[in-house]
Amino acid sequence: MSVLAEKVITRDWHKGANHTLDGYQKNGGYEQLKKALTMAPAAITDEVKKSGLRGRGGAGFPTGLKWSFVPSLEKNTKPRYLAINADESEPGTAKDRFILENDPHLLLEGIGIACFALGAHTCYIYARGEFKHPSAVLDKAIAEAYAAGIFGKKLMGTDFELNVYQVRGAGAYICGEETALLESLEGKKGWPRLKPPFPAVVGLFGSPTVVNNVETIASLPRIFEKGAEWFMKLGTGKSGGTRLVTVSGAVLRPGTYEVSMDTSLRELIYDKAYGQGLPEGRTVKACIPGGSSAPVLTADELDVKLEFDAFKPLQSMAGSGGVMVMDDTACMVRCLWRVARFYAEESCGQCTPCREGQPWMARIIRKIEEGRGEPADLDTLVNVAQAIAPWPPIGLGNTICALGDAGALPVQSFVQKFRKEFEDHIAQKRCPHGETPWGVFGEFK
Amino acid sequence: MAEPLFTADEQKKFDAGIAELLSHYPPDRKSAAMLPALRLLQTMHGWLPPEGMQQVATRLETTVARAYEVATFYVMFHTKKPGKYVIDVCTNLACALRGAEGMLKYLEDKLQAKAGENGEKYFLRETECLASCGTAPCLQVNEDHHENLTKAKVDALLEKLS
Ligand SMILES: Cc1cc2nc3c(=O)[nH]c(=O)nc-3n(C[C@H](O)[C@H](O)[C@H](O)COP(=O)(O)O)c2cc1C
Ligand code: SF4
Repeated sequence: MSVLAEKVITRDWHKGANHTLDGYQKNGGYEQLKKALTMAPAAITDEVKKSGLRGRGGAGFPTGLKWSFVPSLEKNTKPRYLAINADESEPGTAKDRFILENDPHLLLEGIGIACFALGAHTCYIYARGEFKHPSAVLDKAIAEAYAAGIFGKKLMGTDFELNVYQVRGAGAYICGEETALLESLEGKKGWPRLKPPFPAVVGLFGSPTVVNNVETIASLPRIFEKGAEWFMKLGTGKSGGTRLVTVSGAVLRPGTYEVSMDTSLRELIYDKAYGQGLPEGRTVKACIPGGSSAPVLTADELDVKLEFDAFKPLQSMAGSGGVMVMDDTACMVRCLWRVARFYAEESCGQCTPCREGQPWMARIIRKIEEGRGEPADLDTLVNVAQAIAPWPPIGLGNTICALGDAGALPVQSFVQKFRKEFEDHIAQKRCPHGETPWGVFGEFK
Repeated sequence: MAEPLFTADEQKKFDAGIAELLSHYPPDRKSAAMLPALRLLQTMHGWLPPEGMQQVATRLETTVARAYEVATFYVMFHTKKPGKYVIDVCTNLACALRGAEGMLKYLEDKLQAKAGENGEKYFLRETECLASCGTAPCLQVNEDHHENLTKAKVDALLEKLS
């Protein structure tokens, strides 16, 4: 069993007032920003590169490398921006919200470090609109930081000006996609942009912009406290740090846990420190490992470590750390229908394969679930999905943004791995699970 | 004559709020404040009436059409007056695996409301994942979040809605 050697993100959460500036500073808060401000900006980026920190928003992109794509001031004199992605809307994912609620200053300190490294004098934190409480805690923390002279004209007393603003979204999953997020920050509807150019070169208001996830940036203070090597060693040697993951569905103790990347999915589901297994008599039928966009895994595929590269051989992904567990009594057709409805609803409508394909897939799956399916439907379903994004491998999408893939991959993986269930629905002209499609905890009590 | 959008005091508060928001953006990018400005209007007025949309567009130096384009793209903005209590129930997968469909049905029965239909008192809606997957099922009442729900908790919650 892989034990968590040291906590990174959640370390101080049990210490009462950690969400206030006072409490945070009692726990050593803002010392790392002070330290970083004595370093050369390029040295900060180097340290982040050495730490092996990779993006926690879903793609696992190396953070230091992303920062280094921002052109030098000689080449591009426009202002630089940092945009924090606190949109957290990938189904199955519930982690950034807890950082905002329990440790907002950890994020703010990380923002100070990142902005100084990037030469960015403005940071926008884009929080999903439904986060009323987390956003209120964050607003208070930002106000505290200004009042204490941490942010503002003089970042911690230096000559570096830094302004940090929270902007709240208004209910659109697509605004988590980084270029849609930038459009939304510019006051528009969330229509993703064609890439390249990438945001690091042409981002917010046409300026170089780094977009990073909340958990990514909240990792920075610890990297500067304990050193890049320490952080890398906590991880896998190729990827540094720990991960916040959320296990939900059929487990006895659902919740959000900080785990070592050495932890396997099986441990997360069964270990007494985490999910504590399923109710007696029940077994895992399926597991979505990294938010609903990640291709589904079967019970035979749970020995994979919760690390970014480990999912590649399984043609799935570690994604955003949202682990959803379905037990042997859950209906795979019903589960996939719900997932497909989500992508149909959230497609921004800009590209034809996604706009037409996602609702089409949802309609076919519904038809099968309701007992009206025909044998040819399964092939049509897979063909539609493949027209949006063939799979495997991951990353072949034909659309402007990866929402296309995100909707197409679950369909292909569910049909490939649970084809018999779809065929049974069609042959029996009904859902074999009848009124109880959601498995062991599916009843509202 | 139609009632004015704001009282004089409210108008002052609204204008001050818009001015503060505009200070967060480059001076030539006023329309960037669209989402926060619409949120301010909705917070103060309960929804986004045409006169308010006009005010937002004028202050942000853009067109009303642009304001509506944005307002109708995002599900949290109400361009029509919603019921007194907007109840958003997550029925996405993690919540569904913990009884969310049953919870929605329970609410429909108790409130005599149909999900998706706006009513005088309740506007009950299905919504997407609210980041409560480990604390499912969940719902929001006028944006206030409630999680780990059971029939007993839902009953207690509804009792408070007069
Ligand atoms: C459809 C879609 C939705 C996304 N939603 C989120 C999100 O809610 N939060 C997030 O941090 N990243 C999300 N991402 C990933 C972002 O585009 C981006 O890669 C990420 O914010 C970069 O930060 P990181 O490098 O720190 O991970 C989404 C991507 C796609 C395609
Ligand atoms: S893939 Fe879908 S969500 Fe992404 S830009 Fe195209 S239509 Fe919009």
